[in-house]
Amino acid sequence: MENAVLQFFQWFWNLFGLWDALWAVVKPVWPLVWVLMKIVAIILPLMLSVAYLTFWERKIIGWMQVRIGPNRVGPWGLLQPIADGMKLFFKEVLVPTGANKALFFVGPVMAIAPALAAWSVVPFFDGGALANIDAGLFYVLAMTSMGIYGVIIAGWASNSKYPFLGAMRASAQMVSYEIAMGMALVCVLMVSNSLNLSDIVRAQGRGWFADHGAGFLSWNWIPLLPMFVVYFISGVAETNRAPFDVVEGESEIVAGHMVEFSGMAFAMFFLAEYANMILVATLTSVLFLGGWLSPVGFLPDGFHWLAVKISFFLFLFLWFRATFPRYRYDQIMRLGWKVFVPLTLVWIVVIGTWMVTPWNIFK
Amino acid sequence: MDFKTALFYILSAILVIAALRVVTARNPVHAVLFLVLAFFNASGLWLLLQAEFLAIALIVVYVGAVMVLFLFVVMMLDINLERLRQGFWGNLWLGGPIAVLMVVEMVAVLSARSFGPEAMPAPAAAVAGVSNTKALGTAIYTDYVYPFELASVILLVALIAAVVLNLRQRRDNKQLNPAEQIAVRRKDRVRIVSMPSEKE
Repeated sequence: MENAVLQFFQWFWNLFGLWDALWAVVKPVWPLVWVLMKIVAIILPLMLSVAYLTFWERKIIGWMQVRIGPNRVGPWGLLQPIADGMKLFFKEVLVPTGANKALFFVGPVMAIAPALAAWSVVPFFDGGALANIDAGLFYVLAMTSMGIYGVIIAGWASNSKYPFLGAMRASAQMVSYEIAMGMALVCVLMVSNSLNLSDIVRAQGRGWFADHGAGFLSWNWIPLLPMFVVYFISGVAETNRAPFDVVEGESEIVAGHMVEFSGMAFAMFFLAEYANMILVATLTSVLFLGGWLSPVGFLPDGFHWLAVKISFFLFLFLWFRATFPRYRYDQIMRLGWKVFVPLTLVWIVVIGTWMVTPWNIFK
Repeated sequence: MDFKTALFYILSAILVIAALRVVTARNPVHAVLFLVLAFFNASGLWLLLQAEFLAIALIVVYVGAVMVLFLFVVMMLDINLERLRQGFWGNLWLGGPIAVLMVVEMVAVLSARSFGPEAMPAPAAAVAGVSNTKALGTAIYTDYVYPFELASVILLVALIAAVVLNLRQRRDNKQLNPAEQIAVRRKDRVRIVSMPSEKE
């Protein structure tokens, strides 16, 4: 890939006869430039997906409620997210008088930075990760656990009651579901014997079913079915999406931590929330549904399969929002601590026992 | 100076400044956030030492969980700094000697004699292909399995003790039974009364 890109640049700049002069300048910093180019290649499509995810969400919820949804801006309303983005971009960012000025702006940054940083280890296709590190799964867990600071800092720095209540709710909820999430991931790393996300995907491509052309039966979702469900539901709770959106429950605390934010500062929270949704969908696909692997033997593996799986989980996010009423706060805590955590603990023992018996299928 | 050394100095400088601000910050919430920054930079230093598992564990455990609860508590407290600072210098006669003693001890332990390049030579470079996490896991569950299990039992005891210490049966406690709530059927809640229409 790197050579192909270099060759393209060489061809392009040779049209103007500038290649040799340019390369003399760029050569010492080329590794840095190459990494930056890869980062842009991940972030740009991600931001576009976020924009069109909001559009898709409004359309789908509209159809589920027998409405049309946005259809005014551009053909079929397709330019709606662009218009929304422009509007937010040109709006004034208001700072409340009693707010803590510095932390008020640190909040949105702390929300979006981990949401983007976690993408660096996600494998999009075989060998297609920005950083193919050994502790990838653990790194993702660390980055997603950082996202909560955005909510707490924003809620506190606003110096306003609704944001503060939102921050309090967020800190309790996100810490609770992180435990269930981490425990579910322990099962995944047990069966795949690796923390490297690419290796986890490759481990799912092995097995009796995969050898007989039905790869989707070899993926982690069947032996780890309870963990698959726990992980995805915890992911929904972690991203503060309906039905776990008490953090920003409109009917109770207006918009929670985002009440005092406007313009781009608000847009940052919005971007972070949707980027986190896509991240959870991607991770669920990578960990339980075989990432880039093809479900059947006669079709080639590739990024398109990952895209299909991600879209499926994103649709689930939107479907949940259109279907379920919001959980009460004590119900959220009960589900996290009294249902998910014991379930994951039991399943770790089940998997551990399974792996030492002769019927171990995870070799 | 190569890139790693430069990175080391940057991370250490931020770490020291953040740690200083933890004790000098006037606002307790700022102090907690500076502590988070200090943890983050410490984890960066560990990454430079190729201890990636420990570095990420530091972030997951301390930054992601412990400090969040800390922040949660500190935000709820109504701390009046003026009142806290009253009589602050009155404790100098006790605090001053303790601080001096600690500095002397630290210098004695961390001096070049016991921590210098001669006393602590650089460890052998990690063998390629051996993951840090796996090596740590092997060490914990084979060579150090008894100390490790002991530590976990102590933690469990502390956990239970914390719960028991806070467990008080409150009389006015209202509890819900989710199983009962789910088992409710329409006939338990709704009674349909048939009424003749009151037409004239």
